[in-house]
Amino acid sequence: MSTENIPVLETRGITKRFPGVVANEDVNLTLHKGEILALLGENGAGKSTLMNIIYGLYQPTEGEILVNGTPVQMNNPSDAIALGIGMVHQHFQLVPVMTVAENIMLGSESVKNGLLDTRAVAARISELSQRYNLDIDPYAIIEDLPVGARQRVEIVKTLYRNADILILDEPTAVLTPQEIEGLFEVMTLLKNQGKSIIFITHKLKEVLQVADRITVLRQGKTVGEADPETATQNSLAALMVGREVILTVEKKPANPQGVVLAVEDLAARNDLGDPALRGVSFDVRAGEIVGVAGVQGNGQTELVEVVTGLRHADAGEVHINGQRMTNATPRAITQAAASCHVPEDRHAYGMVSPYPVAENLVLNTYNLVPYSHGINVDTRAIRSHATELVKQYDVRTPSIDTPGGSLSGGNQQKMVVAREFSRDLNLLIAAQPTRGIDVGSIEFIHNQIVAKRDNGVAVLLISSELDEIMALSDRIAVMYKGEIIGIVPRAEATREGLGLLMAGVKDERVPV
Amino acid sequence: MRPNNFWKTSSLISLILAGVLVVMALLVNMTPLGNSMWLRVFFGISALNFTLRASIPLILGALSGILCERSGIINIGIEGMMLAGAFGGFVAKVATNGWPLTASLIFSVLIALAIGGLMGLLHATLSIRFRMDQIISGTVIIILATGFTAYLFDRNAVAEGKFNALPIPGLAQIPVIGPVFFDNPPITYLTLLLVVIIHVALFHTRWGLRTRAVGEHPRAADTVGINVNRYRYVNTTMGGMLAGLAGAFLVLEAVGQFQEGMTAGRGFISLAAMIFGNWNPFGALGASLLFGYTQALQNELLLAGFTDIPRQFVSMLPYVVTIIAVSGFVGRVRPPAAEGKVYETEGSSE
Ligand SMILES: Nc1ncnc2c1ncn2[C@@H]1O[C@H](COP(=O)(O)OP(=O)(O)OP(=O)(O)O)[C@@H](O)[C@H]1O
Ligand SMILES: [Mg+2]
Repeated sequence: MSTENIPVLETRGITKRFPGVVANEDVNLTLHKGEILALLGENGAGKSTLMNIIYGLYQPTEGEILVNGTPVQMNNPSDAIALGIGMVHQHFQLVPVMTVAENIMLGSESVKNGLLDTRAVAARISELSQRYNLDIDPYAIIEDLPVGARQRVEIVKTLYRNADILILDEPTAVLTPQEIEGLFEVMTLLKNQGKSIIFITHKLKEVLQVADRITVLRQGKTVGEADPETATQNSLAALMVGREVILTVEKKPANPQGVVLAVEDLAARNDLGDPALRGVSFDVRAGEIVGVAGVQGNGQTELVEVVTGLRHADAGEVHINGQRMTNATPRAITQAAASCHVPEDRHAYGMVSPYPVAENLVLNTYNLVPYSHGINVDTRAIRSHATELVKQYDVRTPSIDTPGGSLSGGNQQKMVVAREFSRDLNLLIAAQPTRGIDVGSIEFIHNQIVAKRDNGVAVLLISSELDEIMALSDRIAVMYKGEIIGIVPRAEATREGLGLLMAGVKDERVPV
Repeated sequence: MRPNNFWKTSSLISLILAGVLVVMALLVNMTPLGNSMWLRVFFGISALNFTLRASIPLILGALSGILCERSGIINIGIEGMMLAGAFGGFVAKVATNGWPLTASLIFSVLIALAIGGLMGLLHATLSIRFRMDQIISGTVIIILATGFTAYLFDRNAVAEGKFNALPIPGLAQIPVIGPVFFDNPPITYLTLLLVVIIHVALFHTRWGLRTRAVGEHPRAADTVGINVNRYRYVNTTMGGMLAGLAGAFLVLEAVGQFQEGMTAGRGFISLAAMIFGNWNPFGALGASLLFGYTQALQNELLLAGFTDIPRQFVSMLPYVVTIIAVSGFVGRVRPPAAEGKVYETEGSSE
């Protein structure tokens, strides 16, 4: 066998057990030099766990890992880094208060006369960012950067350590379509330079677009391989979930009733104090879904925050069910108006990681009957509610007492969605509701949203996935630079027309 | 404006305050302004001297807190570590009374450092290895130190001699500035130097970068191969040593003897100084000087025979200022994000 055929990375019989769960069971995976291997699998299938094992962060219960044909023992990530393995984690691992340069050099600092040589690091970062077309400013503070830029920082972080094997765990979940194109260009460039990439995603279209080979995990086991040349989205979905998945949403025409959410001339500023909303007006009627499309960072996040009471409005009005709710508290808004909110950042606003799943599932209702009577909390009611929801929404968790933070990323999201959808509502605000969720569960959540609509709920949907917006919305509002640049009925909307609006071009032929 | 930036400027404010004090003292001592009794009480050389002396243990305590908390371990046990260090230093001094004074003093300081370090190590072990709540562990340290030192203290023991002032030739002759800054005993100089050293170490060295990362986002540090808990052990132990040094200052430089409970809440005031200074060494220096100044004022007012207000109220001054300072600013400072939380690699899937 020539060296050409020896895989750069191979796992043999990897098994990983956590208390109550087998996350990986006898997983065999090979990665060859200069290829992009896509790893597919449902939420909780064990993809991140496997990657964390390859990166030396977790120790396998059984099995071995071979790098370039030799078995290796990795006790911590420094061993993996030394072997040329780099990983971009599903939840970014960056220190928010530090600069880009500090984050990149952390653990591999360059030191001159005992002091950090930040200038040398910055020069190296500029060089890497030029070579790979990854635009970043070494002196920016992480918490000021949008997610797309944070991800570029993570990639440069692995390149800075001369990684030859790159693990990208759901890198596209938080990116805009434009950023995803950019990422794919970078991945192709890296591949052509002889680097090998493991790429995890739930978006089947992307897999078919960039992968050279596809491996599928289900419930911790490898269930098969697929060739991107011959596979289709439907065949991949079936392989992942183990049943046919309907990838398109079936829905009847909308039957809009009275206005539930009315927003008038809303203005607000972002965290840096710059104007983020400049006079936004629209309304959402009972029984319709209004989708908000737009390149991320054009005020969608701030819009949701103002409407849900998380951000202060400088001017304008928010009315819900005819009641004035401008700058009301989040609780007043969720309860008086029976509205709910699936937040964009699940860790910051959607859940309390150390709390058990059962308690996470009543964060919005714990103070109401039947979960509380006076100052008493009814644990029995909370537990039976949780058991019910976990089943209904297929949240994969060992038990309802497991801390929310130890679920897989997609299952955390499903937990948040389950909580928010399970109340009697008349307004549903969902920001990126299917971020990081597998195709099978997306199907379920989309059907839930449509069912809510058919029951007369007003739905405001914010998503950076144009496909999701197009599939669900009855009307589509496009945001650009803090304004709604156009509102288009779904029947008249085309991808091209929306694309132009998202770029700020107001075409006369597109009805507004 | 991010709280960060606000606090960089506000630790500057504390330092500017200190600068104003020095300038006022220069004016009072060298111009006819000095004829006013009030100005002399507020800005006399003796007020400034007292300020610095009162500040030293606060600065050391705050630095101790900074080392621990920047790595993610809350240390409310500084008071206990200080007291234990003071007692250790005292016992060592009494035991070596027969040695040449300098050797005996240096030996005693080393013992105080070692005792403080051991207390720090104990705190780290309780909170990391045994996952004890860090507030409880800190409280345990305080109770332990108070109890043991009271029990073991021999009231007949006498320490002979303490550190004397070492005037720095040339500089000590500068009017006002000289006697205040350049005519001090060694631990005072060392403390001021430590502020600079820890600032540089924290923000410009590998150790500092890693320490801050471990205290802000241990998972991120772990994923680049940093041993989170090792940094926490080392830092908490070093923090304990600094608290021990504060104890050594009290016994071997300020008072010359040990007394039961002689730290008198300084460990807690240093925590306030650490918070007020936003976990920055220079911020902590400024805050400690502010608190030290209120103690000096209390002293000067009593010395000047100021009796319009009952002296109990004057004695309250330092504590009242501490409470006001901390309560007024506490919402705006930003503690290390991960402090007080146990870190385990496989503990969470994030
Ligand atoms: N640190 C942990 N402690 C306990 N259980 C864990 C831990 N990490 C993961 N698990 C469990 O292991 C299983 C696999 O999780 P993993 O994060 O690998 O899934 P995944 O395939 O990456 O899913 P997703 O697509 O949702 O990110 C899940 O059931 C999860 O609850
Ligand atoms: Mg995952």
